[in-house]
Amino acid sequence: MGRRLLLVAQGVAVGLVVLLFALLLWKLVDDEGGDLARAAANGERPAAPEFTLERLDEDGELSLSALRGKAVVLNFWASWCVPCKEEAPVLEELWQENRERGLVVVGLDAKDFRRDARDFVRRFGLTFPIVYDGPGDTIPDWGVTGFPETFVIDRDGRVVEAFVGAVNSDEDRGRLRAAVERALDS
Amino acid sequence: MSSRVACALFCFFLVCLFLAAPVAGAANPPNAADLEAELVCPVCETTLDQSNAPVAQRMKLFIRERIAAGDSEQQIKDALVAEFGPGVLATPARSGFGLLAWIIPLAALAVGAAAVALLVRGWSRRRAATESAPEELDPELERRLDEELARFDA
Repeated sequence: MGRRLLLVAQGVAVGLVVLLFALLLWKLVDDEGGDLARAAANGERPAAPEFTLERLDEDGELSLSALRGKAVVLNFWASWCVPCKEEAPVLEELWQENRERGLVVVGLDAKDFRRDARDFVRRFGLTFPIVYDGPGDTIPDWGVTGFPETFVIDRDGRVVEAFVGAVNSDEDRGRLRAAVERALDS
Repeated sequence: MSSRVACALFCFFLVCLFLAAPVAGAANPPNAADLEAELVCPVCETTLDQSNAPVAQRMKLFIRERIAAGDSEQQIKDALVAEFGPGVLATPARSGFGLLAWIIPLAALAVGAAAVALLVRGWSRRRAATESAPEELDPELERRLDEELARFDA
């Protein structure tokens, strides 16, 4: 009986080690991120992952699917992110210029305090919708590897182009405007 | 003391330790350094005391502000969980799903202790059985012993 028990215990121990090793591998692969940005850079139009998040600029929630039929510029940011400060006026300008044509800019504030995010919105005079994801649960789905990252989504809910890092150079602004035109024309 | 009683006492001791920990913690006033070791930076996923990420620095400032405002340790943790989710806690919550993370290792320890107790009992029984069995003498030695005893009797 003792021998059988020992064998069972050894089997369980080996099984646990294998399970932990598999979890480690899965975590490493899962954390890599950047898949959406890569697919968009390769000319594919991957489907934009859905989310429903609390709004910071007003009461209630906002779902990405509720914006189907409009072009969307989705910007991941946080108040503590320095490049996000340089980028905020660019996004506000883009929103003001194109909102009548069917463009919605959405700011997705993640891993941040609500109060800090609202202060940021006030300081930079942002008037586009802002949603809040404190735990950052949407980040793995979008493959975001740092802040800021910006995704241009067409009227059918497909990612046209992704920008890793701040859109603050003339070249980046030109690329962003071109991507927005493609999204609006879809 | 039987192994069953010893095992029960060991389990009771573990449960007492588990229940006493939050009570002991609640009696102490909040300490920023302790809290920083018990909370995780949501960006770099190390504890706050190990991180210099901007969000970690902001969280450290928040902790000091709340301590100065007279919040308890639990209130500060609750406020941070409300902002960043339960992943901000370095140790899982002792309620709901997080309770499993506390119970499973203790249960595994108890099962392991019971398995060891059973094995030890099995081994000691086998050894006792071996020791108590009469040892058979070599026939030649037995014959010589009988001869010597007979000579001694004569």
